[in-house]
Amino acid sequence: MVVFKKPHALSDVPLHYCPGCTHGIVHRLVAEVIDELGIEGKTIGIAPVGCSVMAYNYFECDMIEAAHGRAPAVATGVKRANPDNIVFTYQGDGDLASIGTAETVHSAARNENITVIFINNAIYGMTGGQMAPTSLPGQVTQTSPYGRDVNLCGYPVKICEMLAQLDGPEYLERVTVNNVKQIKNAKRAIKKAFQNQIDGKGFSLIEVISSCPTNWGMTPQAALKWIDEKMIPYYPLGVYKDRSAEKKEDEQ
Amino acid sequence: MEKKVLMKGNEAIAEAAIRAGCRHYFGYPITPQTEIAAYMAKRMPKIGGTFLQAESEIAAINMVYGVASAGLRVMTSSSSPGVSLKGEGLSYLAGADLPALVVNVQRGGPGLGGIQPSQSDYFQATRGAGHGDFHMIVLAPASVQEMAELTVKAFDLADKYRMTSMLLADGTMGQMMEPVALDDLKINPMPEKPWATTGTKMERKRNIINSLSLVPEELEQFNFARYEKYAEIERTEARAEEYRMEDAEIAVAAFGIASRVSRNAVDAAREMGIKVGLIRPITLWPFPVDPFKRSLSTVKKYISVELNMGQMIEDVRLATECRRPVTLCNRAGGMIPTPEQVLEAIKAAANGGEQ
Repeated sequence: MVVFKKPHALSDVPLHYCPGCTHGIVHRLVAEVIDELGIEGKTIGIAPVGCSVMAYNYFECDMIEAAHGRAPAVATGVKRANPDNIVFTYQGDGDLASIGTAETVHSAARNENITVIFINNAIYGMTGGQMAPTSLPGQVTQTSPYGRDVNLCGYPVKICEMLAQLDGPEYLERVTVNNVKQIKNAKRAIKKAFQNQIDGKGFSLIEVISSCPTNWGMTPQAALKWIDEKMIPYYPLGVYKDRSAEKKEDEQ
Repeated sequence: MEKKVLMKGNEAIAEAAIRAGCRHYFGYPITPQTEIAAYMAKRMPKIGGTFLQAESEIAAINMVYGVASAGLRVMTSSSSPGVSLKGEGLSYLAGADLPALVVNVQRGGPGLGGIQPSQSDYFQATRGAGHGDFHMIVLAPASVQEMAELTVKAFDLADKYRMTSMLLADGTMGQMMEPVALDDLKINPMPEKPWATTGTKMERKRNIINSLSLVPEELEQFNFARYEKYAEIERTEARAEEYRMEDAEIAVAAFGIASRVSRNAVDAAREMGIKVGLIRPITLWPFPVDPFKRSLSTVKKYISVELNMGQMIEDVRLATECRRPVTLCNRAGGMIPTPEQVLEAIKAAANGGEQ
């Protein structure tokens, strides 16, 4: 009996991610979901700019590399061109919540029938640990060496809370992957986000609170703990919008 | 007799694009090209196409990138300030070797500038639309009929060479009405695009659309290959119209609306016995070097007539290898030279003086 194997949708190549980084876990969850839904042959993935810039090498489905922050606009084009394709973007916090905020907000407002996987690790990883739009107040980074001063550079952007104010999006949920229970929960959420697209329900975004031991300057274990102690209190987990469920409640 | 309809230049672009098989249009409102978006908004839903008003020019060009990745004909249109915003996307389209049509109905700049016609984005279109080494095929229509014909041609060239075509018009060309024979447009079938990301169907290896290449030796090779393609385009696709050039001793160089003004001036000068002709580049990149080279056998002086501070004049000098004097006859900021102004420039050249 096979108890563990590499998902077919995940490429058989070494990932470039740092030891202890949770990108690998989320990649695997996305690939498992693609396998389980049997959609690899019609799925198009859009990679961002940031740590996951080379995600196009890690999934076996057709892949597109987008400009920084523009993945939801590219996804919009792909989906409008071939509505039968399943289109997902995989974006980090700098990509999705800073330079690409407009694309994020408006693809959500249009309820574009796409799936967005949003990795929030509160830092710019690829460029070496600068302050992200989601860096916590007081968080020390290369470009906030004295800690993020909210008087100087404002407060973190809470994407799920912000998008939940829109009438457009179908589904918004924040999860994390810092222990087995949370990983299983994250997979459930990601699967729902893909299933929503298959069902034609529209824009689904899963924010995954992730770790960056390298740029946080922590061991992998300490980084997972920091998620519980610092990240989740600021970014509470849970479902922020589920339009179909709300509709059902209204009907009852 | 062929059937002709009276259309605005902007509308002719939109209708020709639809006839060329374009079913996806993304844009953002900006004067003086908004008729293209309005036309697409009306027509696309009726023919199963997509019209989407994007949240920004940047989003629009990236939606174009998405449809182009899927292998379908796609376009966006804008005017000068909007095209600057598209610059990032134009560079990515080039880096990923994706075919698309981008229309620039130019207005005066820089900055927010004005809304009157201009040709001041010549450098942007032919030299530097975005970062990195790349070119777009740049077509310059001079009539509403050509707005339609060159739109179709632009799609063909974009697909043939897997690159962006730009239709470089101006506010006059976009807004003026002329009779157009749309049924004469030659529509070629779209070539196969086995590279497109349409899903593997579990039957082939994945396709990847990408412009990232972290190994410099590889990135250099990609650039070399692209420039080999460009060299082929320069050899085979340059186009110009030559008017009364047979014995011309003075040559006026002008494209788009400037060429129409210049044609009147050339006729008037010919009536005065001045041997003058007109070279009208139809492709701005590749620049039609040959007609200029050939003209060196008779032409002693060149005049570049432009709606800018002198941009194409550099290509005229390069094409003639600076072997003859080239003077500039221009207006800028949304102003158009009159035939009288061009005639004066021709007379001045004929009299041996500099303008």
